[in-house]
Amino acid sequence: MARAAVLGRLNWLVGTVAAVRDETPTARTLVLDVPGWPGHAAGQHVDVRLTAPDGYSAQRSYSIASAADGNRLELTVQRLADGEVSPYLAQTLEVGYPLELRGPIGGWFVWDPADPADPAPVLLVAGGSGIVPLMAMIRARAAAASKVPFRLVYSVRSPDTVIYSGELLAREQASEPDGVSVTYVYTRTAPPRSDVPPGRISPAALAVDGWLPRQAPAVFACGPTGYVEAVAGILTRAGHDPGVIKTERFGPTGG
Amino acid sequence: MGIVSPGFAGRRRSGSEKLPPGQYLVTDFPVLSAGPTPRVDTGKWELRIRSETGRVYTWDWAAFLRLPSEDITVDIHCVTKWSKFGTGWRGVSVDTLLADVETSAEFALARSYGGYTTNLPLQDLLGGQAWVAYRYDGQDLAPEHGGPARLLVPHLYFWKSAKWVNGIDLMAKDQQGFWESLGYHNYGDPWREQRYWGD
Repeated sequence: MARAAVLGRLNWLVGTVAAVRDETPTARTLVLDVPGWPGHAAGQHVDVRLTAPDGYSAQRSYSIASAADGNRLELTVQRLADGEVSPYLAQTLEVGYPLELRGPIGGWFVWDPADPADPAPVLLVAGGSGIVPLMAMIRARAAAASKVPFRLVYSVRSPDTVIYSGELLAREQASEPDGVSVTYVYTRTAPPRSDVPPGRISPAALAVDGWLPRQAPAVFACGPTGYVEAVAGILTRAGHDPGVIKTERFGPTGG
Repeated sequence: MGIVSPGFAGRRRSGSEKLPPGQYLVTDFPVLSAGPTPRVDTGKWELRIRSETGRVYTWDWAAFLRLPSEDITVDIHCVTKWSKFGTGWRGVSVDTLLADVETSAEFALARSYGGYTTNLPLQDLLGGQAWVAYRYDGQDLAPEHGGPARLLVPHLYFWKSAKWVNGIDLMAKDQQGFWESLGYHNYGDPWREQRYWGD
């Protein structure tokens, strides 16, 4: 499936915005209907192309947030203050607008609930908008009614920057074994009743029974470069096999 | 040209005529890697070139540094859309490494610490087009950018410039590397926008 989803030529497709959802003050989800969409694996991304009236165009890559669902596709875009493409997607774009994209892209940073060779527990480590491709994995697990143990460690600046907070709460509260274990790490401002002061992600947050090195979890880490470097360092020093740690990094630049 | 995006003006920047199609200019140096950054001790570092007949040529770090090196200033282009102009490197030309290697191979597979691989026509590693680089911007090459040494093949998308390189296999037949087997283009010319299979 993961392999099949990247086979063949990736043609540009024209999607239509079916709905938009504000997730945080700076992040918005675009719900797109894309005729001809070939399907995707959780964790893959698309290239988006914007074109100005004079023919000037700009392309950026965005992770897919949704599990495979026919022609429907969701992207969550974090608006960058000095970005060229993300302010258009997160502010200008409205329901009914067309959007050109092609994909799915990337056959490495993917989780497939149907892969019998991969029943390992899954440890997801997100930094900021790095949650997006990991949310696709959480949703793909639910869609497949998979019982694979999932744990999400999600690092955010403050409670108001949590993307998908309501859905994550519901999935956290679902009964075992459908539920997902979720832990937040607040780097700047913790919630009022938190007993953990704000700070960077610690080895303790990544060392929980069920996802220890001896339990050989598959690890997916996505976030800013420095964060992913820190997480990969912690996990490698704790004894996780570097070969099972898959990473997606994004720099301070982008769109 | 694609369909017009209602309300999109875009931001044209000076120098953009030097950009391959679909790329945008950055001034920092983003990092993209598929896994953890390997930490490679130069005391244990080794570069192995293996010819198609199985003959192996090796250099340890000291022997590698004794080879003639060059300063290189080039533009680089990542398939994830960013380009960076005028990057400064120091490295050993692959021509130098292959000077005494007997081969009639047409293809090469670069190998890295951590298991990464990428394939190129051997021709693209020759003729002053490719280096094994070990300094960037006047400093030792940092691990997250591929240090202690990485391949530098700036005329192709930057995933061909294998970080943490430790070997080059010379082969009569082409063999896909890591990203090439996962949907990325076999050759990767940024000026022809060869990002993915079929481009």
